[in-house]
Amino acid sequence: MLQIISLLVENKPGALLRVTGLLSARGYNIESLTVARTLDPTLSRMTILVDVDPVLRKQLIKQMNKLINVLQVSDLTETPAVARELLLLRVRAPLGESRTAILKEAEIFGARVIDSSAEGFALEATGDTEKIEEFIDVMRSYGEIEVTRSGAVAVSLDPKKLRLSSPVPAAVSADRQGPEVPLHTNNGVRNG
Amino acid sequence: MSNLTSGAKILLECLAREGVDCFFGYPGGVTLPFYDALYDHPIRHVLVRHEQNACFAASGYARATGRVGVCCATSGPGATNLITALVDALMDSIPVVALTGQVPTKLIGSDAFQEADTFGITRSCTKHNFLVKTVADLPKAIHEAFYIASTGRPGPVLVDIPKDVFQAQGHYAPVSSIHLPGYKVHMDGHAGQVRRAAQMIWEAERPFVYAGGGIIASSASEELRQLVELVDAPAVCTLMGLGGLPASHPNFISMPGMHGSYAANMGMSNADLLIALGVRFDDRVTGRLAAFAPHAKVIHVDIDPAEIGKNRVADLPIVGDLKRVLTRLHRNLAELAPASQPRNDSARRAWWRQIRDWQHEHPLAPEFSSTEIKPQHLMAEIDRLAAGGAVVTADVGQHQMWAAQFIRFNEPRLWINSGGLGAMGFGLPAAIGAQFARPDKLVFAILGDGGFQMSVPELATIASYGLPIKIVVMNNGFLGMVRQWQELFFNNRLCAVTLDCFPDAEKLAAAYGFRGRTIELPLDLPAALQEAVNEPGPYLLNVKVSPYENVYPMVPAGGAINEMVLGPPQPVPVAAAHRSGDAAS
Repeated sequence: MLQIISLLVENKPGALLRVTGLLSARGYNIESLTVARTLDPTLSRMTILVDVDPVLRKQLIKQMNKLINVLQVSDLTETPAVARELLLLRVRAPLGESRTAILKEAEIFGARVIDSSAEGFALEATGDTEKIEEFIDVMRSYGEIEVTRSGAVAVSLDPKKLRLSSPVPAAVSADRQGPEVPLHTNNGVRNG
Repeated sequence: MSNLTSGAKILLECLAREGVDCFFGYPGGVTLPFYDALYDHPIRHVLVRHEQNACFAASGYARATGRVGVCCATSGPGATNLITALVDALMDSIPVVALTGQVPTKLIGSDAFQEADTFGITRSCTKHNFLVKTVADLPKAIHEAFYIASTGRPGPVLVDIPKDVFQAQGHYAPVSSIHLPGYKVHMDGHAGQVRRAAQMIWEAERPFVYAGGGIIASSASEELRQLVELVDAPAVCTLMGLGGLPASHPNFISMPGMHGSYAANMGMSNADLLIALGVRFDDRVTGRLAAFAPHAKVIHVDIDPAEIGKNRVADLPIVGDLKRVLTRLHRNLAELAPASQPRNDSARRAWWRQIRDWQHEHPLAPEFSSTEIKPQHLMAEIDRLAAGGAVVTADVGQHQMWAAQFIRFNEPRLWINSGGLGAMGFGLPAAIGAQFARPDKLVFAILGDGGFQMSVPELATIASYGLPIKIVVMNNGFLGMVRQWQELFFNNRLCAVTLDCFPDAEKLAAAYGFRGRTIELPLDLPAALQEAVNEPGPYLLNVKVSPYENVYPMVPAGGAINEMVLGPPQPVPVAAAHRSGDAAS
């Protein structure tokens, strides 16, 4: 079964790669991944669908939490959450009677027509993965189709408190680093 | 507001404010503006002979002091040469900041001369990395790099700086605070968990302390000693933790694991409580994980939450800085002591008797011969001269294990080796870093004849800075550890392990302008080592040892650690027959 991991990450170059790198380094394939900015434009929300053994998923999430650019990681696999994806589908339907049937079918699935031509239709549907796949199957029976799927976006139904680190004084490094060994001086050596 | 100045000078100002007194590097095309600024700057630059060794030296500096080690390389090949040493620092949690030059920002992605995607390549080799695109971002990136490298679980951080950023004019605005909202460092362990740990420790009949590199990283040696003494528990230090508890301490039971002592591994295997402090249950310690410490509950203290439960489920996890957690734990233990101590007194005494029996049954004892120098004998002699207080760096292989077994360290930060990555070529450049960090200390670099030949270029660095490093090559004419495995597990079909050409040590050292000597008789060993130590400058001592010696005890890969092979000629599997009490059956 696929699992859903939702992350809040800093909207910075390389942040996406750091997260996906943890999966690829362990040889795991990403089923789907979406990323877009949040209300705060400095942050992005990522939704990743993976198929990973539960023990390893726990470990992966801990590793993701360690990434400097990652503010929060939520495992939505076993918590109340809603996941939806968007489907764009083109179906070939030259003028004829199948066109009416296609539109009826689309209506049943709540899909919208976004383009119509003598060649066929472009349709837009949203729903959970199961529903989207059913719709694709149905449309396939009417003729040649082409699909683009967004991958799932998910939202947790349990609000989770965002814990962030507060700023720390940029202290003299000696405060942070081991005090055991005193700095030795350069004895006036010059590099030039 | 300060006057306009170059990015290169801003970088030097940042380094000075971070307390950097010296760093290790190798210049190149895009770092020219930086080296020009360095020309009249007081921070000392140490010119090594290969970028990998700049980073290993920085690591040696960091390991010897606990301060951030700094290295610098140019773009492209300079940066890619750092990779092995960065991964080494990552695996051993060593605070290193690597500065790399990059081609000018407008050329990035154009396959410019000496361009490499350093930011991309080093992402998985570092704790974090930065690509600085403007001079305004430079101070923040540098100070954040030092902060990230040295806090939490330490590690390497790389800052990639394009040439035009070095050249651009900007202001050094002092960075007053560091704000990394997603960087979570848990310092104080959960108070309730620590209290429960104290209870578990007093209730245990066969407690055993398993201390690792975290003790060194957290400067928690004193706290470890106090803990061990208060509860009178036996303690082992892992390869990364040696010196964390003085080797001379009566509770210290040597090193556990694949080449650990019999008592250490039997102790782990029969304990009913494992107090795991700053360790990661590495496969070289645990052997077959399913059979590791089967009777023990585990208290696991680590600053990195991702280590908890990674390999072994912790019955009581505590995430925090060891120094703080152990201080709190000690307080809780002391509070609980009067009520708890007497209850299992007899069980504790029996446990110690058992441990001492194991120590006497199969002690780690050096071997001697009158005709050839045994490697263990060599290490015992170095131990005598080091007297628990010299810095000893090792390379990787058999000599590293023998050094860990037979050289006793009474302080932290004296034993410096590549533990997690096992990177050959580490020992000599690490000794360079350590000697710069600790000019007051006697520094031994113990190398195999394989690792030495990976590091030969650095003899020039040692000579040109007159570093009085005592280079001791344990020369068995083989890639010994690989040969040992081929002998034991591949029907002695020795393939590509013979190192039949080794330079004349005396001539080689002389070529660099210092003294060297080759010995092969046990009789010559003490005097030759003494001569090396007495020499005011560097010394290269090539010690020919018995070539077919194997490291024992040994836990074969995939074996349980209580199934050690204790030695030749007939491998004797030791069944878990030695038990302490019925609970261990």
